[in-house]
Amino acid sequence: MARLHEYQGKQQLAKEGVLTPRGAAATTPDAARAIAAEIGRPVMVKAQVWVTGRAGLGAIRKAATPDEAALIAETLLGQRIKNLTVTEVLVEEQLDIAREFYAGVIVDDRAQAPLVIFSSVGGTGIEEIAVAHPDKVARTHVDIERGFLDYQARDLVRRTGISGKLQSELGDLLVRLYQVARGCEARSAEINPLVLTAEGKLVAADCRITVDDYAVFRHPELGIEIAREYDRPPTRLEKIAYAVEAQDYRGTFYFIQMAEGFQRGEGYIGFHGAGGGGSMMSMDALLRQGFKVATFVDTSGNPPASKVYRAAKIVLAVGPIDGYFSSGSGVASQEQFYSARGFFKAFLEAQVEVPIVVRLGGNGEDRAVEILEGLNGRIPAPVEGYKKDDSPDFCVQRLAALIGEQAEKRESGKAERRESEKAKRREGEKAGERSSETLYTFLSPTGTVTLDHALCATCASKVCVEACARRILALDAEGLPVLAITPEEAQKGRCVECLACEVDCLLYGAGGGHVDLPIAGLDA
Amino acid sequence: MAILIDQTKRVLVQGITGREGMARAKLMTEYGTQVVAGVTPGRGGERVEDVPVYDTVLEAWEQVGPLDVSVLFIPAPLVKSAALEAIDAGVKLLVIVPDRVPIYDVLSIAARAQAVGARFIGPNTLGVLSPGKAVLGMMGGRASAAKSWFIPGPVGISSRSGGITSSMAYYLAREGIGATTLVHVGGDAVVGMPHPDVMLEFERDPETQAVVMFGEIGTSQEERVADLIEAGAFTKPLIACIGGKAARQGTRFSHAGAIVEGGRGTYEGKVERLREVGATVVDSFMDLPAATKAVLAKMG
Repeated sequence: MARLHEYQGKQQLAKEGVLTPRGAAATTPDAARAIAAEIGRPVMVKAQVWVTGRAGLGAIRKAATPDEAALIAETLLGQRIKNLTVTEVLVEEQLDIAREFYAGVIVDDRAQAPLVIFSSVGGTGIEEIAVAHPDKVARTHVDIERGFLDYQARDLVRRTGISGKLQSELGDLLVRLYQVARGCEARSAEINPLVLTAEGKLVAADCRITVDDYAVFRHPELGIEIAREYDRPPTRLEKIAYAVEAQDYRGTFYFIQMAEGFQRGEGYIGFHGAGGGGSMMSMDALLRQGFKVATFVDTSGNPPASKVYRAAKIVLAVGPIDGYFSSGSGVASQEQFYSARGFFKAFLEAQVEVPIVVRLGGNGEDRAVEILEGLNGRIPAPVEGYKKDDSPDFCVQRLAALIGEQAEKRESGKAERRESEKAKRREGEKAGERSSETLYTFLSPTGTVTLDHALCATCASKVCVEACARRILALDAEGLPVLAITPEEAQKGRCVECLACEVDCLLYGAGGGHVDLPIAGLDA
Repeated sequence: MAILIDQTKRVLVQGITGREGMARAKLMTEYGTQVVAGVTPGRGGERVEDVPVYDTVLEAWEQVGPLDVSVLFIPAPLVKSAALEAIDAGVKLLVIVPDRVPIYDVLSIAARAQAVGARFIGPNTLGVLSPGKAVLGMMGGRASAAKSWFIPGPVGISSRSGGITSSMAYYLAREGIGATTLVHVGGDAVVGMPHPDVMLEFERDPETQAVVMFGEIGTSQEERVADLIEAGAFTKPLIACIGGKAARQGTRFSHAGAIVEGGRGTYEGKVERLREVGATVVDSFMDLPAATKAVLAKMG
């Protein structure tokens, strides 16, 4: 889930009229000094990292002077705290604390409604307080249509034993907190501690807001770069993968990089699953047999072949893996040959050298496996496809066997390499034959389709017309494949990027089709 | 009998002219579902595989008669409006297929549904399938595949993973164990009909003799099923498997989550709680068919 830093959350609170300590974020010691000088009194310097218990980790410290603030900032900036590197510190005035409360809003899956929680005791250990002193913690669900009303908020505070002016002021603050949560579509929004100062003001001393990943698209104002929950900053490939997913709503593509800087022979596998449960199950099978996973990827929900292609290309960029393993639940409702084509194109272009095992059980599995195994001889790597009656454990055993065989072969000669070079030359020759006058092109939703009519003229099968998922191609008067719809219709989505006109064409036709699918940030 | 869907239910497809809607309307019909109308704003008057398309749900209702179920194949940002449209028109069961529906949109849909006594499955669901009868959503894919994979029988199936729903039904069928209905409750944190609601449906269905459930870490759905068993509200034998044992525990960021869950949501917690109330919990997904067979044999 997309998390806001403390200072970002406090900006949201301030916009709704909740008091926050005077201060600002700094990325350098000098900036920290300047902020502290501006405040003109003792400050707190707080590392902006998404971890709980920062005080105990030394990530929140007091500074009496601007110079001391700069010194602390220098120590904290660049420091690693639980996988996260500190790049910003928040410098803000120290509060004169009279009392601490807790206030939170969370989406409650059970009631299917937001839940507001208020505790008359706040600060560290709020979870334990809630268990030990239930009378100090009150909660109430919010009617999403009516919103959180003033009287409900005051009554919530009353139930914790607070009355009078403080009750009203806390009630007012809770309504504002709810509005912040609702406004930025937070899965949870919390102020802990909520401080009553010696001067009698209610101030949000901390703020944690987690924004719903699925709603980030309609909140550009929050400046969230990547709407995924990581326990570390996203890697370059994760950012690339996220951009692919963000720009294509068809199906799901989830990518986590699990390792970096590994070497061939260390047992790292590019893992590419399909479906949450099936992916977990398949990853477990890999781990059980002693492999390590370099990636955890899920392409499911009937993604277009183009999305599976991009996912595979990004997996292959992760580093020198020892093998590529793909497996889902085993009995997929989606047509598996689309995914097979995505894999085919990615593996062919990358001329993968390490063994590939793909379990493509489900709809269209025979056709899927046939396409995938069509790679054998076209790339240096051995490729095996499996179906729904083959268990994940069996498929991992096959992968292990192939990796073992390859290691032996590597010892005994370079025959395979020569084979692969031949294959590469064949591909190269094909590309070289293309001359621009005979190229027929149109745009797909996320790429460009090119049909080389010089080759199409020699093609007996014209498989592209038959195999096209949406049948958007037809033969023209000269018997060459062209769009049967307008180019605009194709680009708007009638072309579903099934990749038949490239992959099936290469396998069963003259090889005149090509779909260019750029991946921003990955293509050099 | 079956739960939620059979061949007598009259089904609407919202988003029927889109990539998924068009393909799935055809497959659902081929399997045996009565798809009587489709809706895509601005495309009224067209037909998709002989199914008439209307501009609004109310228009569809007026033209073809009462609609029991609506299946939504709509881009996530537009789901809220489409779901409220169906509920307001009087549809009592929605199947919300797309994923990435913003959570506050789901809360709005849930509030309206609760107010008028409508229900919804999903979002982020593969759908529901009653073997030999009808299917809603994407479950099973091609009709011929779905017909050969899933067989009618005495077991109810409920899962939080889509792929696992069909795999579970297939691997059970391979052992000769058929199902009354397969339900994928949806993969999101807030879903319309979580496991406990599905269990109550299976409890009422006379043909369902036992239930196989695939749970996952997070939320309190499985613990609430255990609560139902303890309270005597769900009395049929339950065979369960919980996924996510090896998943890396995410760094907890929010206190509120911990306060609300109170220790619920973990793999160990779910397994323990289910065993405590007498459910059969297997360690590995592939052990489900054998365990189910044993439970059914014991029932005679």
